Amino acid sequence: MRVRGAARFADTVDDMTTQTAVSLRDVTKNFGDVEAVRGIDLDIAPGEVVAFLGPNGAGKTTTIDMLLGLSQPTSGEVEVMGMKPRDAIAHGLVSAVMQTGGLLKDMTVRETVAYMASLFANTESVDDVLKRSGISQLAARKVGKCSGGEQQRLRFALALLPDPALLLLDEPTTGMDVEGRRAFWGAIREDASRGRTVLFATHYLEEADQYADRIVLVSKGKVVADGTGSQVKALASGRTVRATWPAADVERLTALGGVDSVEVRGDTVHVHAKDTDTVARYLLSETNARDLEITARGLEEAFINLTGAQA
Amino acid sequence: MSTTTATMGSTVDVTSRNVPRFGGFNSTMLGIELRRMLRNRRTIIFTLVFPAAMFFAFGGQSGWDEKVGSGNVAAYILVSMALYGAALTAAAGGAMVAIERSLGWSRSLRLTPLKPAVYILTKALVALTMGAIAVTVVNVAGIVQGKPSMPVGTWIACALLTVVCTLVFAALGVFIGYLVPGENAMQVLGPGLALFSFVGNVLIPITEGTTMWHVASFTPMFGVAEIARSPLTHELPWYAVLNAVVWLAIFIGGAAWRMSKDTARV
Ligand SMILES: Nc1ncnc2c1ncn2[C@@H]1O[C@H](COP(=O)(O)OP(=O)(O)OP(=O)(O)O)[C@@H](O)[C@H]1O
Ligand SMILES: [Mg+2]
Repeated sequence: MRVRGAARFADTVDDMTTQTAVSLRDVTKNFGDVEAVRGIDLDIAPGEVVAFLGPNGAGKTTTIDMLLGLSQPTSGEVEVMGMKPRDAIAHGLVSAVMQTGGLLKDMTVRETVAYMASLFANTESVDDVLKRSGISQLAARKVGKCSGGEQQRLRFALALLPDPALLLLDEPTTGMDVEGRRAFWGAIREDASRGRTVLFATHYLEEADQYADRIVLVSKGKVVADGTGSQVKALASGRTVRATWPAADVERLTALGGVDSVEVRGDTVHVHAKDTDTVARYLLSETNARDLEITARGLEEAFINLTGAQA
Repeated sequence: MSTTTATMGSTVDVTSRNVPRFGGFNSTMLGIELRRMLRNRRTIIFTLVFPAAMFFAFGGQSGWDEKVGSGNVAAYILVSMALYGAALTAAAGGAMVAIERSLGWSRSLRLTPLKPAVYILTKALVALTMGAIAVTVVNVAGIVQGKPSMPVGTWIACALLTVVCTLVFAALGVFIGYLVPGENAMQVLGPGLALFSFVGNVLIPITEGTTMWHVASFTPMFGVAEIARSPLTHELPWYAVLNAVVWLAIFIGGAAWRMSKDTARV
């Protein structure tokens, strides 16, 4: 006789080595005619700390919602710990820290944690979790009276309750001061060092670089780069030189050392380069280009370039 | 360093994880929900003060001593008033779902194994309990005042039926809670239930057979009121039962429909 539970056990043992924490296969999500996610493929191994980095509207939250089973993909496959997202939630394998809301003001901190703890089959002790998130001394306080940072710690405590295999964080430090950020990430890193998989969404390259093992860059619903912090930082490095130069010699410019790309828009030319000094020196001394402007290339621009290159 | 942890893999043994029994239903959660209701000053006024005050205001009107079924008019008013109070309380309890939703709490719950149906069941139980408290308070007010008279068995039967009938309004509260954002739900429910009580033969008597009576028989308070008073009046027309069943189905259906759509961002 094969019991369902036993069969599942056998399966899991078989592919224990190949199991991924997160697996997205050609996932798309449309809202009416808005294509929020346009084909994301992503595998995350157990124990990885991954940053989901992208500008506003890139599709980060939409993707996280699908991983939590809060919404269904328009097409493609979403798996979490080898299960459908809703099943993974039911087994207490995934939890999330949302940016705002999600708490009731009239409950005390302890009541909130006890309430949530009562909903899982396997859970950490309420006192342990309060202590680990540093809010033991707030246990009797009403949630509505807690500061923003304290509430965020409470959300973190709630996320830790089921001892999840995968922790999803959607811009978890928005609104926190520098000290709060540092403490929060300290707790997350410490937690991740015990083997928990963490995926967090952020706008900030520094945050991604500092706290993630791997950065997945998303823009306009697609993964545009995937690598270590230094690899992604290299993409965003460099500057842009803008100059007015009718009849620009694009070929000559492109041939200069350290030039990534050249764009001509009417009389102006935009040069993206790692070594903008050389470009500027060339433009000023050997051509009649004028009105030079040198700007650091932000991540936004790196995104635009990357997506431009992909399209 | 980070690569070591990555190769070590997850320390979580997926196979040791279970799904909670009863869809997540448990006494801790029920206890906290009840405590929240009892701490809420507004609910306490609705539950304990308002219905009792209404009874004192209406329960002693002239002709209170006339005979109705196996009791008197004051008893009839007592049961009606208890129903009104319990309905209001239960609806307020249901409407708390609205506030919870606007605060994103429903979304937090969607990230736990708790089944939406179990959440609703818990809310219903809390609403029933609060309804029972409201009924008890009005009945104690009746005993203190001393005018209502009916056999003890009838008294108890009416009270129990009233509590069961409040389920209809708990469901209505949840439904309205989902339709009307945030704290506004009670602004709709309070006057709405008062109106339904007036046109539904609860707060003022409506003569049977009149046009008003026919209109009344389609409104949501009518059926439950007839049911709650039936041990006293010994009358229970079939259309009153049908009225209660249909409205219950509409409110539960509406609440379930809104709830199933409740994954949207808040
Ligand atoms: N329910 C919805 N209906 C219509 N469009 C939506 C809906 N939800 C999201 N979108 C759109 O989908 C796109 C992706 O949104 P999403 O919230 O996933 O971005 P994000 O990467 O999380 O952005 P941010 O960094 O600003 O949080 C946006 O253009 C957004 O307007
Ligand atoms: Mg977002």
